[in-house]
Amino acid sequence: MTSFLHATIIAGTPLFLSTLGEILNEKAGNLNLGVEGMMLMGAVAGFLAAKGTNNAFLAILCSILFGCIGALIYAFLTITLRANQTVTGLALTIFGSGISSFIGQNLSGKVVPDRVKYFLSPIKLPLLGDIPFLGKVFFTQDIIVYFSYILAFAAAFYFYKTRIGLNLKAVGENPYAADAVSINVALYKYVNILAGGALCGLSGGYLSLIYVPAWQNNITSGRGWIAVALVIFAAWNPCKALLGAYLFGGLDIIGFRIQDGFISKYFLDMLPYLVTIIILTLFSFKRSKKNSPPKFLGLPYFREER
Amino acid sequence: MKPLVSLKNIDKSFGKVKALCDVSLDIYEGEIHTILGENGAGKSTLINILSGIYAPDKGEISIFGRKVNLSSPRDAISNGIGTVYQHFKLVESMTVKENILLGQRDKDKDFNKKIEYILKKYDIKVNLEKYIEDMSVGERQIVEILKVLYRGAKVLILDEPTTVFTPQEAEKLFNIMRKIKEERCSVIFISHKMDEVIKISNRISVLRKGNFIKTLDKERTSIEELTRLMVGENVDLKIRKRESKKEKDFNKTSNNNELSIDKKSEEKRELSLRDVLIKVEGISLTEDVKKVFNNISFDVKKGEIFGIAGIAGSGQRELCEALAGVRKIKKGDIIFEGENLTGKSVREFMKKGINLGFVPEDRLGMGLVGSMDMVDNLMLKSYQLEKSPFLNRKPFKERAIELVKKLNIKTPDVNYPIKYLSGGNIQKILLGREIYINPKLLILVYPVRGLDINTCYTIYNIINEEREKGNSVIFVGEDLDILIELCDRIMVMSRGEVTKIVDSKDATKEKLGLLMLGMKDGESGEIC
Repeated sequence: MTSFLHATIIAGTPLFLSTLGEILNEKAGNLNLGVEGMMLMGAVAGFLAAKGTNNAFLAILCSILFGCIGALIYAFLTITLRANQTVTGLALTIFGSGISSFIGQNLSGKVVPDRVKYFLSPIKLPLLGDIPFLGKVFFTQDIIVYFSYILAFAAAFYFYKTRIGLNLKAVGENPYAADAVSINVALYKYVNILAGGALCGLSGGYLSLIYVPAWQNNITSGRGWIAVALVIFAAWNPCKALLGAYLFGGLDIIGFRIQDGFISKYFLDMLPYLVTIIILTLFSFKRSKKNSPPKFLGLPYFREER
Repeated sequence: MKPLVSLKNIDKSFGKVKALCDVSLDIYEGEIHTILGENGAGKSTLINILSGIYAPDKGEISIFGRKVNLSSPRDAISNGIGTVYQHFKLVESMTVKENILLGQRDKDKDFNKKIEYILKKYDIKVNLEKYIEDMSVGERQIVEILKVLYRGAKVLILDEPTTVFTPQEAEKLFNIMRKIKEERCSVIFISHKMDEVIKISNRISVLRKGNFIKTLDKERTSIEELTRLMVGENVDLKIRKRESKKEKDFNKTSNNNELSIDKKSEEKRELSLRDVLIKVEGISLTEDVKKVFNNISFDVKKGEIFGIAGIAGSGQRELCEALAGVRKIKKGDIIFEGENLTGKSVREFMKKGINLGFVPEDRLGMGLVGSMDMVDNLMLKSYQLEKSPFLNRKPFKERAIELVKKLNIKTPDVNYPIKYLSGGNIQKILLGREIYINPKLLILVYPVRGLDINTCYTIYNIINEEREKGNSVIFVGEDLDILIELCDRIMVMSRGEVTKIVDSKDATKEKLGLLMLGMKDGESGEIC
């Protein structure tokens, strides 16, 4: 059981990182369906950097950077050129999966160098790690998992307790109102979308460097889409996103654990996606004030529109 | 005296359309300056330039004699210009306090001090922790003004603030405006309601079709002169109201029998004699847990104009959409000439031959298709019942040409996409299509919103013609004077419920205003 939960956290972390990335996008009023693409870009870039430099820090940095580049393309198209957000996001996903297959065509099956693997292996935290059960599950993890804990609370603080968080909410809810009180709408959108892209890139890097840790084509296998759905499940709240991500992480690995031939492996692999559909259906039935998306989600902002 | 704000030779075009052409204007300290003009005269463009939303193509703006460049709302605010936009710019899912604090750097303590001072000075009452989405239009307006005052504006711009107000709410707003004036700040007031303009302003500038016409002192002008300047020609602002046919017949017969009844009681008797066309019994509509309207009952008689008044969002629009079959109601009955229509779709209405004309609030959204031409739009309503799978455009083209002539619609030709026409012409096309089928009941939701005076009166006269033919009209309106003048009876709604149905002969603007706020007559008090 402990090892199952331990693995759940690891499987949930990439989901959480990309979900938080998408939350940042949507809080700024942009629906970014390019999560999967940005994740793949980050995954391949991180893996390549690990192979090339043998340095874990550089590998992670490269993942983040490539996620950002993907987000920058999206941000430029949707904010500056006011292109359709849905189409741009889908294009980014296709672009990302294409470029990762292209770069990674000779990498299939190769594994992450030992030095990098060692650096990213679980570290037991002093004191916290000694707590029975919980210490094993939560506090004997790699540094990115620790980073994601901090991130969840930092993001919640940013959204709900700071002035810039309030301004960000206004940008997503009603950019016209935000602009009229001299908030720089485009700046807020760019910064948050780029930060979101960085998280998606990191999430991809986590998959190729720690979770698998080897290169395989289409390494994300739809996790980016689950992240998009998790945003709705979490009602745009980073702490709920963490819980949701672990729930789906658990569903993700349940297939490995139950291999008794009684339930088909393929059925178990399908579970996370099935639950996604069920959750989306349930959430569209029950719509309340608190769980509603930012009002201007998906709509372009143009000050001089008449 | 030096002007506080001075605009010189401002030009602004949108594509080929010239919205403002060589406009110059001076605003002085401590005055309420009205900018008067019809829709499309360039009022909104002008204030959008002053608030940094649009950049002018040409011309210069000076504030306190210093030339400024207002390239964003930030510039306008830092120069002391605060704007309350016609379409409020508030974040609905935030509280009043959060909305005021947006984009500010003040600490909580400073905020409390400052806001308390402002509330006291201007005698404003508002709950700072209330969410905007739970507020009425009037309350939201107050929040917008607070927002502007908090930022220390010297010039307050109010863009058509009273369009959706009850007379009482408007009076409250005027009091605040007067106080701002006393503080030696200026107010720029945009409106087209003549009586208000005359009442509140010191000076009045008239715009017409993007041109600056004249600035007048209030003391030296009259409503007639202002209207003439605004429209550019003499207009006859009278509704041609004649007695309906039945009424006349009745008068003839009754005159033979009893000669000495006064007109009022005669009409009352006559009202009760008329047949009921549509009877609504206890209908309710709930959407997303929220009650849109609740337990509404009324009837409309044949040959009657039945007015509906209420603050925007009191359920009038949804009620009309339910009557027209666009929305489904779950409770209650709608009985049209003895037939129960509850739960039937628009298509079933048509098949049953129930003649119902419906002019929705959103003329290009629900009414017509903007990218199609006039002929296609006329066909929309009737082709579904045709048996042949092919379309025959010819009769509709003839009908379109006929309509253009009859209603004086200005269009290059009948095959021109209607979205490029002005709002007035679009409305005439829609109304023309709806009356062509000679409906027994015509439902109009804000039919004159955003139209110029001449078109408004064309539409009022069409409504009266329908009445003369013995058809009934349900008219949802904003302008209380017009409602009183035009309608036989007026139903007042408040928060989705009927406050009262009044005979328009006994109605006054003030009384309707109180009813709109949900107070049965006699009662009065603070609006909560």
